[in-house]
Amino acid sequence: MKKKLLSLIMAGTMVMAMAGCGSSADAGAATGTETGTAATTDAGTGTAAPAGDGALTGTLKLGVIGPLTGGAAIYGNAVVNGTSIAVDEINAQGTGFSIELQAQDDEHDAEKSVNAYHQLQDWGVQAIAGTVTTTPCIAVSAEANSDRVFMLTPSASATTVTEGKDNVFQLCFADPNQGSASAQYISDNKLATKVAVIYNNADAYSTGIYQTFKAKASELGLEIVSETTFTDDTTDFSVQVGDAQSAGADLVFLPIYYTPASLILQQAAKTGYEPTFFGVDGMDGILTIEGFDTSLAEGVMLLTPFSADATDDLTKNFVSSFNSKFGETPSQFAADGYDCAYAIKAALEFYAAKNGGLDVTGMGADELCEILISVFTDSSFSADGVTGLGMVWDTNGQVNKQPKAVVIKDGVYVGM
Amino acid sequence: MSITKKASAASKKSFINYGIVIIFYIVFQILVSTGNITSALKGQLIPIACYMIMAVSLNLVVGISGELSLGHAGFMSVGAFTAVIVSAAMGDASNPARLVVSIVIGALLAGLAGFLIGIPVLRLNGDYLAIVTLAFGEIIKNILNCLYVGIDEKGIHIAFNNPDAMGMSATGKTVINGPMGAVGISKISTFTSAVVLLILVLIVIQNLVNSRTGRAIMAIRDNRIAAESMGISPMKYKMLAFTLSASMAGAAGAVYALNYSTLVPKKFDFNTSILVLVFVVLGGIGSMTGSLIAAGVLVVLPELLRKFSDYRMLVYAIVLILVMLVTNNEKLKGRMDIFAKKMRMKVSKGGKK
Repeated sequence: MKKKLLSLIMAGTMVMAMAGCGSSADAGAATGTETGTAATTDAGTGTAAPAGDGALTGTLKLGVIGPLTGGAAIYGNAVVNGTSIAVDEINAQGTGFSIELQAQDDEHDAEKSVNAYHQLQDWGVQAIAGTVTTTPCIAVSAEANSDRVFMLTPSASATTVTEGKDNVFQLCFADPNQGSASAQYISDNKLATKVAVIYNNADAYSTGIYQTFKAKASELGLEIVSETTFTDDTTDFSVQVGDAQSAGADLVFLPIYYTPASLILQQAAKTGYEPTFFGVDGMDGILTIEGFDTSLAEGVMLLTPFSADATDDLTKNFVSSFNSKFGETPSQFAADGYDCAYAIKAALEFYAAKNGGLDVTGMGADELCEILISVFTDSSFSADGVTGLGMVWDTNGQVNKQPKAVVIKDGVYVGM
Repeated sequence: MSITKKASAASKKSFINYGIVIIFYIVFQILVSTGNITSALKGQLIPIACYMIMAVSLNLVVGISGELSLGHAGFMSVGAFTAVIVSAAMGDASNPARLVVSIVIGALLAGLAGFLIGIPVLRLNGDYLAIVTLAFGEIIKNILNCLYVGIDEKGIHIAFNNPDAMGMSATGKTVINGPMGAVGISKISTFTSAVVLLILVLIVIQNLVNSRTGRAIMAIRDNRIAAESMGISPMKYKMLAFTLSASMAGAAGAVYALNYSTLVPKKFDFNTSILVLVFVVLGGIGSMTGSLIAAGVLVVLPELLRKFSDYRMLVYAIVLILVMLVTNNEKLKGRMDIFAKKMRMKVSKGGKK
């Protein structure tokens, strides 16, 4: 009897709780549709007004999805911080155009990411700068594609993110580009003849880069003498490092994230093995690990579109405002996030200039999506940012920009 | 007399569970059709139903059979990836047909995996069994991490560790790409199908528990030696419960997989197994009703806590601890008992009048 009663009470509370959120949802949805209708009228007046000034006005609701907690949190937080700086700058310009930013956590999990996406939809999101990591991005981009919401991902680099989805664009290099560009760079600069690769075969990002690197390396005649793998929870890399050492590799290619990379560097130093270590953008952040002896990372090279010590005004300005706000040097992910906000703004301005003005306040996400797609695939549209000048996108949604190689010297990244 | 009374009490309990599921379904169907639901909650309906299936099926092993299994997500992933392959291979068929066949084959293969793993595992008891199931869950995850499956006009190609070894023709399509998992899954799961599956699973489990076989399973749980001396084969009955539970997890995995356009093996790690175990333990070990409610509430809770932003998983953990303390508090339990007695008295008095 007691159990039955308890279960009834529990069931009751559950229904109440759900009904409760149902009704609040109701309110949210109602306001959503209201603003939706307001949007159409707004847009109506926007086009009806004697345009010609070509100005971009209104408030854009921009959503960011990324891992703000959990193992990949450093990437998500970097992107959100970078984006928020761009948004603050844009809002401070006082041009009549402003961005309202909301970031949702996905814990680097596809299921949670789709939940986060739906949360943003309930908020009335108009465009998404996300998601930060690859696997969640694939799940969310499929949803966004059927809902017609524009997505510009700062850092999800797999080709499957954009494949077959006309509304999804990447601001970072796609994986094949990273792998083949790395092989090309190593070969062009004659960094090594014998290459060892250590990669995470339980990770989409790492395996993707490895495969393209291998294909390009065999094409260029780079000899891969050792290929070893590990999985997410590996902490002992002595086998992998030992294999590379005994094979006589003079360069170790690490298409992995920085946490395992830091362990590999430590263990290689312990065994007295000193090859050149070459990483990709996931290596960015290795200097910010607490308790990591940065002298171990001395001489590590990585391919990244962004280096914080670049001397152009754009980068200098970004690095100094990031530093003053968050007290650290921005990573490439922060730069990607920063560029995302500016690229979307640039695209809207491009459209506004061509069509005699645009007021984005309350505009439907689907309407905005079509506008942004048309601009991003427009061959005359290019965006400048801290991760590259004159970025252009192809119809697949992949970006075209120049990679930069940086080397770690005295605990900072130095352009090469 | 007392046996029939017990039996009717048991069936009453079962009907409460069907009732909960049906009310859950009707309420949300109405909310969805009238548009009075947030897209956040709407997107979670199918996962909620899947986790409910996971919870009741794990409860069969943990609660009824009395074995602590920590590898339940492994079976879910077998069902999930099988379903992805089957639905891709049946590309031309209608969606309901693809879904049903995917679920059936997913459940069968997960059941087979459960059977094979059960042979060594069920020879163990207690902590040892828990550790070995944990290991097998991880083994399944790591095998799937190395698995490459492609489909072309000749049929299905399978390779390990090397996508080039599949030997596909140029028109072939990679369905499962190692750690990158499956992408481009056609989303054919529906809320209705998930709920129907949930009810089917409940019917099977509850009828099993109330049957001769179920009593045999519980007899082994309560006292293995006594049960054996009565001529009950522990291996046979434990295996039955374990395999059945695995195949149900596989079915849940199939519905879950076909609800997302991408799926990675990493999703089904130790944490997911523990998550499902948390549903079972918080809901009350052995109580199907508890599992259903706990799964529903605990899946939705992290989303409702989003306003706490960075602290939401902390709040989630605190809620878990509070629930655990409250439900295990002797004083509170005593009060509840008194309250229940009073209610019963009132009801019976009212009935006499």
